[in-house]
Amino acid sequence: MSITVYVPCDSSAVSLGADRIAAAITLEAQSRGIAINLIRNGSRGLYWLEPLVEVVTEAGRIAYGPVQVSDVVALFDADFLHGGQHELALGAIEDLAYLKKQQRLTFARIGKTDPISLDDYLTNDGYRGLSNALKQSQADIVKAVTDSGLRGRGGAAFPTGIKWNTVLNTPSEQKYIICNADEGDSGTFSDRMVMEGDPFVLIEGMTIAGLAVGANQGYIYLRVEYPHAHIALNAAIEKAYLAGYLGDDIQGSGKAFHLEVRLGAGAYICGEETSLMESLEGKRGLVRFKPPLPAISGLFGQPTVVNNVISLASVPIILDKGGDYYRDFGMGRSRGTLPLQLAGNIKHAGLVELAFGLTLRELLYDFGGGSASGRPIKAVQVGGPLGAYLPESQFDTPLDYEAFAANWTVLGHGGVVVFDDTADMAALARYNMEFCAIESCGKCTPCRIGSTRGTEVIDEIINGHEISKNIPLLRDLCNTLLNGSLCALGGMTPYPVLSALNHFPEDFGVTDTTNAV
Amino acid sequence: MTESNSIQETVQAVITTLKDKPGALLPILHGIQDALGYIPADSVPAIAQGLHLSRAEVHGVISFYHYFRDTPPGKQTIHICRAESCQAMGGKQLEQHVKDQLGIDYHETTADGQFSLEPVYCLGNCACSPAMQIGEDIYGRVSAQSFDAIINEKKELA
Repeated sequence: MSITVYVPCDSSAVSLGADRIAAAITLEAQSRGIAINLIRNGSRGLYWLEPLVEVVTEAGRIAYGPVQVSDVVALFDADFLHGGQHELALGAIEDLAYLKKQQRLTFARIGKTDPISLDDYLTNDGYRGLSNALKQSQADIVKAVTDSGLRGRGGAAFPTGIKWNTVLNTPSEQKYIICNADEGDSGTFSDRMVMEGDPFVLIEGMTIAGLAVGANQGYIYLRVEYPHAHIALNAAIEKAYLAGYLGDDIQGSGKAFHLEVRLGAGAYICGEETSLMESLEGKRGLVRFKPPLPAISGLFGQPTVVNNVISLASVPIILDKGGDYYRDFGMGRSRGTLPLQLAGNIKHAGLVELAFGLTLRELLYDFGGGSASGRPIKAVQVGGPLGAYLPESQFDTPLDYEAFAANWTVLGHGGVVVFDDTADMAALARYNMEFCAIESCGKCTPCRIGSTRGTEVIDEIINGHEISKNIPLLRDLCNTLLNGSLCALGGMTPYPVLSALNHFPEDFGVTDTTNAV
Repeated sequence: MTESNSIQETVQAVITTLKDKPGALLPILHGIQDALGYIPADSVPAIAQGLHLSRAEVHGVISFYHYFRDTPPGKQTIHICRAESCQAMGGKQLEQHVKDQLGIDYHETTADGQFSLEPVYCLGNCACSPAMQIGEDIYGRVSAQSFDAIINEKKELA
């Protein structure tokens, strides 16, 4: 009877040497004449412990990490294949507090299974949502999603059910489902983890969306920076076609759904839904005016659902267990769970899926364990490069869309990037403005020109030139960006810039606080 | 057969295979760059003709996207992440070290044609910052020392 060993294939684990460790374990087992069954699983998301190796024993799956190639021989000597003691031993993976305290709904399978094994997917509750959806009317599927309270996890938090309902009720011969997998927001990686660690859940979610609104074609618009996700998605799509989960006759229902991955080309703006559709149509990724809404006139002018990876990957469990089950997690109008991504200068960086409502402080210290450097945490940017920096005084904000909005901050896609007290907030604000200039599509003037002028003004401030004149100028410019931009890139760049200025004026050389107003 | 002829044949083969897809331009540009490492300026007329677009439209799309390039890259392209999470973990110092070691700035190629250097705005490896990518290989928790070791290994393989 061979022993089952798991070594993640997740690209972050691979970036730390997981491929070499998998090869070293296989080789060492061969040379010792031990039969092992090595499976490449997704990552559990406990990244400070990656590469994390798990061994299946009678006492459950026992974890070891972070493992280096140089540890492999010693692990065999310590009989890790039977859960033997070693300084890297972490005990049963499911008992680790970081995992145990989470509420994993969307991430239920990730790290447990072989991502591209359809058998693994099916034996771990996969395709139960689709099976239910095939028995329901289109309106009932949409109702389940509406009842769940699911809101767009890409960042805009628009109710998913309402979007679907609009597409369902817009008559057309051709409709589309687009998965926005252009996860360009820096500090975020939950979409990547889903696509690499459980691609079938996204395929199932998109198939259900197609059935619900009457669309027979789906596209996953994937950023080119994610080659591992590309391979995993294509492998899973091929298997889904072969097993009749995609194609012209899904599970004998007579209903069709086709799915294709399309690659972006390094443009952040293509994460904006209208720019994404332009790009899919083969054009420059220029933002479109709204209305018309994509739900009415989207890809190639047809009614189109555009949803984020996490939104679509949350659909199968909603259809499996019911809208009420999902809705019972969370607080206020933020229902269900949010996969938070802890990154930057944090001791325990990783993926934390929780019901809405925990405070940022609990996330940073109870899960994150404080800064990686051991220095005080100065600021936390939540919600990607267009999210505000929160100072310590705002750490008690609950993780909830409305509570964040009330602070002039955004929860966005759930990215949490931590900075210690060595961070220079003026330099970061300059970076945020520069990023907007680099990534602007150029369609609207405030974003195209304002971002370049903004970078110049911040340079003036950093160089100490006429601070009392340039701070009001920067504020005025930010006001133009906020109110005059066509989309969130120009419209939200002022969030990081102004929050840095408001909370850390000393970093901008402002000593007299009246200058900061 | 001249080199230029073989490039045109590659380009034409990609166009023929993909031109009937809805929104075929990006898949075609990816196909050409995958095959050749870049999109030669003289492939633009063929793409335009294949898709019934103007040359200006094709050029406009190529120049819009950071990923597409119209000059040949070095043998290996190094992408260094410039985004916030990597900055919080010493990314700027790494960036400077890489530029100093290679003797080039962003968007440049070393004189020996070995390495091209490009910035990237997030590799989704934020929990293991700072991060970089060489070819399709991704690296996390990169330090000046580990960068030097990786580059030396790549040079030996070359």
